[in-house]
Amino acid sequence: MSPRITFITAGRILRQLLNDHRTVGLVLAVPALIIALISAIMDEAPQVFDQTGLILLAAFPFMLMFMITSITLLRERTGGTLERLMTTPTGKLDLVVGYAIAFGTAAAAQTAVAATVAFAFLGLDTAGPAWAVFLICIVTSLLGMALGLFVSAFATTEFQAIQFMPVFVVPQLFLCGLIWPADQMAGWLQGVSDALPLTYAVKALTEVRLNPEVTADMWTDLAVVAGAVVLATALGAATLRRRTD
Amino acid sequence: MPPTPAIAVTDLVVERGKRPVLTGVSTEVSAGSVTGLLGPSGSGKTTFIRAVVGTQKVKGGTVTVLGEPAGSKPLRGRVAYVTQDASIYRDLSVKANVAYFAALYGRDRREAMRAIERVGMGDHADKLAGNLSGGQKTRTSLACALVIEPEVLVLDEPTVGLDPVIREELWDQFRELAAGGATLLVSSHVMDEADRCDRLLLLREGRFIADDTPADLRAATGAANLEAAFLHLIRELEGAN
Repeated sequence: MSPRITFITAGRILRQLLNDHRTVGLVLAVPALIIALISAIMDEAPQVFDQTGLILLAAFPFMLMFMITSITLLRERTGGTLERLMTTPTGKLDLVVGYAIAFGTAAAAQTAVAATVAFAFLGLDTAGPAWAVFLICIVTSLLGMALGLFVSAFATTEFQAIQFMPVFVVPQLFLCGLIWPADQMAGWLQGVSDALPLTYAVKALTEVRLNPEVTADMWTDLAVVAGAVVLATALGAATLRRRTD
Repeated sequence: MPPTPAIAVTDLVVERGKRPVLTGVSTEVSAGSVTGLLGPSGSGKTTFIRAVVGTQKVKGGTVTVLGEPAGSKPLRGRVAYVTQDASIYRDLSVKANVAYFAALYGRDRREAMRAIERVGMGDHADKLAGNLSGGQKTRTSLACALVIEPEVLVLDEPTVGLDPVIREELWDQFRELAAGGATLLVSSHVMDEADRCDRLLLLREGRFIADDTPADLRAATGAANLEAAFLHLIRELEGAN
């Protein structure tokens, strides 16, 4: 792996993203708008919005990174550029980490807009510091990226890649505590929930919501998410092959 | 002792699924030459080329490029590969595409611009690659390879669908690169390009039925042009079976 090539790769991916003005607009505006909508829906129950709005701050970059990574990487695979890159000095990790840096930057920008709107205008309230929320959101977005990277190996068309959303993303959203608290689900389902990495992002956010100081539990939960990122990234990198049939 | 060949292929066997694509082919390509890889579509040209650049899984045999195993790390800065469909980023400009590949090899934007000028894309440098015509995409893809000034340049059907004038210019450039010491392997299914090569490999149904200079091929078959020479060879082989 070469840091120089990694950054060149990240720069190229960001430039591709920035050339697509409509996507940039959607990435930056949509999460903030949806969170505003949820806030209006929960108008009479601001304490419920404090829970749901907070989880959505992490859920959006997670979904977004999953989608854009799986589609962009699929394009690299099917467009022949991946095969070409494999004949250049670019290493697999250069490419994967390049993706993480580029899309992580996009996720940070998205989170910054959505979090500013939520905290400043929608009255979202946490006992803990905003930087902890921001950090959790970034790590969660990298989880989406890593999963997207992995599943792009199993899709041959963009149509298929999109349909991996209900398989890899939606169950995690349902079971992470977004629509219903995990401890009030059927016992066996709690077990499933505990096995899904997004659940730990929600646990970490809950720690920030309830405690004025950053807790050890938050770091443990965040470490679980980060571990899942490393694992999924390694699996994803393993699906990049220099030699194919 | 003869000089070491730039590309040496020995008993190369490639299977895709259970179907044999290359059935034990061997050849040598000498440095500083242009070798044409000819054959109908489906004959295994792309598979052979991918084996040379090291992106093809092979079943048996060896492929050595510049003395190293094909696709090995030391070769990645010395061998360039231009795929059949232009492998460039549609959402980047011509300039950004070439500058990206240039940067991977530690080369700067000035060198990228020079490569763009060389393929006659200077006037389109700021256009998005996705908005280019097929031939312009091919030339951009070629510029991404030329910018690294490779010792071995492998091109899969680079002139398909190009304007005859541009095709002529590209072949002049291939000759120029070879004169400068580079080794070129160019696949084509257009026989009139064969005469511009130093050596020809004719691939048919997964094996070479000819590996010779254009002049020797014509002499050996007594045919006036290469198209006729190849037909002669194919008929001869089928007669023998």
